[in-house]
Amino acid sequence: MIKKSVYEHYKALKNKEYSSLELTNEYLKEIGKKDEELGAYITVTSDIARSAAEEFDKGKCRKTILSGIPMNIKDNICTKGVKTTCGSRMLEDFIPPYDAFVVEKLKSEGAVLLGKTNMDEFAMGSTCENSAFKITKNPVDSSRVPGGSSGGGAAAVAKNEAAYALGSETGGSVRQPASFCGLVGMKPTYGSVSRYGLVAYASSLDQIGPITKTVADNAIVMNAIVGHDKRDSTSVLRKYDDFTVGIKKGVKGLKIGLPKEFFDGAISDDVKSAVMNAAKEYEKMGAELIDVSFPSLNLAPSTYYTITCAEASSNLARYDGIRFGHRAEKYNSIDELYKKSRGEGFGQEVKKRIMAGTMVLSAGYHNEYYKKALTIKSKITGDFKKLFGECQIILAPVSPTVAYKIGGEKEPLRDYFGDIYTVSVNLAGVPAISIPCGTGEDGMPVGMQLIGPHFSESLLYRAAFAYENMGKAVDIYDFSI
Amino acid sequence: MISAYEMVIGLEVHVELKTESKIFCSCPTKFGAEPNTQVCPVCMGLPGTLPVLNEKVVELAVRAGLATKCNIAFFSKQDRKNYFYPDLPKAYQISQFDKPLCENGYLDIETSDGKKRIGITRIHIEEDAGKLIHHSEKGTMIDYNRSGVPLIEIVSEPDISSADEAKAYVQKLRTLMLYSGVSDCKMNEGSLRCDVNLSVRKKGETLLGVRTEMKNLNSFQFIGKAIEYEFKRQVEALENGEKIIQETRRFDESTGKTYSMRTKESFADYRFFAEPDLGSIELSKEYIQKIKDLLPTLPDERKKKYTEKYSLTPSDADTITSDPAIAEYFESVAEKTSFPKIVANMLQSEIMAMTENGEFICDIAPEHFAALADMAGNNIINSATAKKLIKRMWENDIDPIATVNIEGLRQENDESIIIEWVKKAVAENPKSVVDYRKGKKTAAKAIIGKAMANSCGKANPLIVQQLVERELEKFDKLC
Repeated sequence: MIKKSVYEHYKALKNKEYSSLELTNEYLKEIGKKDEELGAYITVTSDIARSAAEEFDKGKCRKTILSGIPMNIKDNICTKGVKTTCGSRMLEDFIPPYDAFVVEKLKSEGAVLLGKTNMDEFAMGSTCENSAFKITKNPVDSSRVPGGSSGGGAAAVAKNEAAYALGSETGGSVRQPASFCGLVGMKPTYGSVSRYGLVAYASSLDQIGPITKTVADNAIVMNAIVGHDKRDSTSVLRKYDDFTVGIKKGVKGLKIGLPKEFFDGAISDDVKSAVMNAAKEYEKMGAELIDVSFPSLNLAPSTYYTITCAEASSNLARYDGIRFGHRAEKYNSIDELYKKSRGEGFGQEVKKRIMAGTMVLSAGYHNEYYKKALTIKSKITGDFKKLFGECQIILAPVSPTVAYKIGGEKEPLRDYFGDIYTVSVNLAGVPAISIPCGTGEDGMPVGMQLIGPHFSESLLYRAAFAYENMGKAVDIYDFSI
Repeated sequence: MISAYEMVIGLEVHVELKTESKIFCSCPTKFGAEPNTQVCPVCMGLPGTLPVLNEKVVELAVRAGLATKCNIAFFSKQDRKNYFYPDLPKAYQISQFDKPLCENGYLDIETSDGKKRIGITRIHIEEDAGKLIHHSEKGTMIDYNRSGVPLIEIVSEPDISSADEAKAYVQKLRTLMLYSGVSDCKMNEGSLRCDVNLSVRKKGETLLGVRTEMKNLNSFQFIGKAIEYEFKRQVEALENGEKIIQETRRFDESTGKTYSMRTKESFADYRFFAEPDLGSIELSKEYIQKIKDLLPTLPDERKKKYTEKYSLTPSDADTITSDPAIAEYFESVAEKTSFPKIVANMLQSEIMAMTENGEFICDIAPEHFAALADMAGNNIINSATAKKLIKRMWENDIDPIATVNIEGLRQENDESIIIEWVKKAVAENPKSVVDYRKGKKTAAKAIIGKAMANSCGKANPLIVQQLVERELEKFDKLC
């Protein structure tokens, strides 16, 4: 039962094959059995889940595809009355008095919250190893990382501990763990999903996105969370597509660009060949492959880290031990209270980025680093725009390698350059979807991503769906409720 | 030696905007509520919250800009000013750095040295911080009710060169803000606060000296005292061969002196950068014009009317126009009486004293005030009676004509009656009489006072004075 996709659960619940409570109890049982080893959850909300399931079974809540289906939420998305730790000692006991926009939306659809998932502290990292609480294992090979920072949610979905997950991205934190765990992850257009209630890492790049087993599931969850929110000034007011509409149309005539820079350099052979094979499949389905160039790719990581660290140094300054979060036990002055509370509450990676960010914003460095990074950010955005004049979407790998070994080479630059294929998408604010495209070394999943212009999610879902369902009958899908 | 120096002053004035709700959330802004009862996750800076700009803030700031003849920017943006302090929940203040809403304005002041135009560099919007409350037993507590209350900061050019000019500038600014409905400008509630930047130089020099900053001066008196003291201090330091250090100094209200607040981190690096949670502020020509059209008559025009039509002195006209509520009230009374000058005097000496530092509210019906002014002007009552009556009318809006008639408060001008009161006063105060005879002419004042008291304040004071002097002269001759 728990292996099913969101869409399959929807059908089963509709046909009364099982109740939401039965389904919820199955997931909770699985979490109880496996999560100690997997380490996907920071908090399990059994009671909340069961009562939401009972509500659904009583027929009390609005019926959408997602109603009554158990899911989890990354621990940096605020949930009223439920601990939201951001994977940090700093917020170990923080219970938000309000729900994030996306949580409100899902609750109103009768979603069943199983719990809050593990993550790199404050979303800084791409392995989940930076969590202050636990290490999450890769669901395929427990000696490897699940990716990050939304690694807990991805691992849980892959190991059938939830039907879907909400993650968040600043530089690939949804797409990369989806790719490492063999799942589908969407980074929506900046401004299409409200950030209200998402604990900020880098405000100008942060975006919430779904992690699911299938492309159709992903489109269904996106339908629920997308939309304008007046509490987020960066939320874009427009008419959003129904992402399931036209998803089955196929890719005939679609112009797909292959930027050569994404296939050069440190990419592993099996990732490269898996993605190239996928490209050939697209060609077989009638798409047109175009060789394109994305010259600013190599500038993306340093630009990304300059901007994210700068914003993070400011966003994370509110954790000062005064109103909420960790406060040092002993201090003799206000300065000491700050220093000790922050020194004890934050982990190494977070401190590193706060310090780097503080530096790049400082007088004397501001122009040389931060301002320059903003200039390159515009250049990258411009490069994408130019590319989308030549092709409709871009096909590229998500990560240069498959999932890393836990505790592997303690080489910080590995993680930084591991982000090279994902961060440019966030800098440009465009959407991208990560989908599995075979396996590589030791049978580990390989992911590819499809990148499109702003607000082209429908097209991305259509292209991703076509690949995922090659040679399968797609008539089984009926999204009308 | 002090006369060889001149001071150069620039002012930064913070004005709380008169909005119902805070700048980035919907919490109320009422002053004086129980601590932490006007807060929400947004103005407490809880994780995951985001600011949404209150459009009324932009409208009021544009009004302030127009009232001070500024250019209003079609495009401006908000920035983060980063620093740690417990009253600042997010550890950054959302302000405006390089693209403020209003720039390049001015206002005109008038002091005993004449008229002068003071430049206004910029006006930008920002959020206020909370308030620390130091308690002797419980330690330091924080009230976040003020956190997120909208402010504008008005920065002047260094055009001010005396304490009087500084006071006149703040007074004029306050008046303009009141007229344009931007703020209630209550200095005692902190809705108008003033930072003074002051440097000195030898007269004739063109280069600026090193300046010091005195923060949060919250009354005209303190602004004046702080400037006088700091000017003297800097001149003395320079004369003694010392160097002035650029620093923030605290003005101590009890000693009237300024003290260094310098710490190791005196040169704060605020690491300004564009607020990523908010978009830019883009205004259309039509929007700005609409606000311009709705601005009320500004004080300079009213002053002209008061001096020409009502024959007020320029200084009286300044005082009356300083607050639109006072000006409105004055006009409503002045048009009903033949003695507007008496109204202006009584407003200033009696009513404004009772409403000082507060909001001007006068419940006396304009017809009643006008009737009182007419009686005083026509010598039906004397000035002492008029003063007593206006105080009673302030407490309780009684009809002055009826009161004068019922209580018999009409001024007594009949010498044959007044002489009795005078004689009684002379008889009962032999010591004053003796003093007078010894040549202490001021002793007559005591007798006049007694005679007035004998009349229950009704006697015409001029006649009393004449008769007292006449009576005392008689004694003189007797000796």
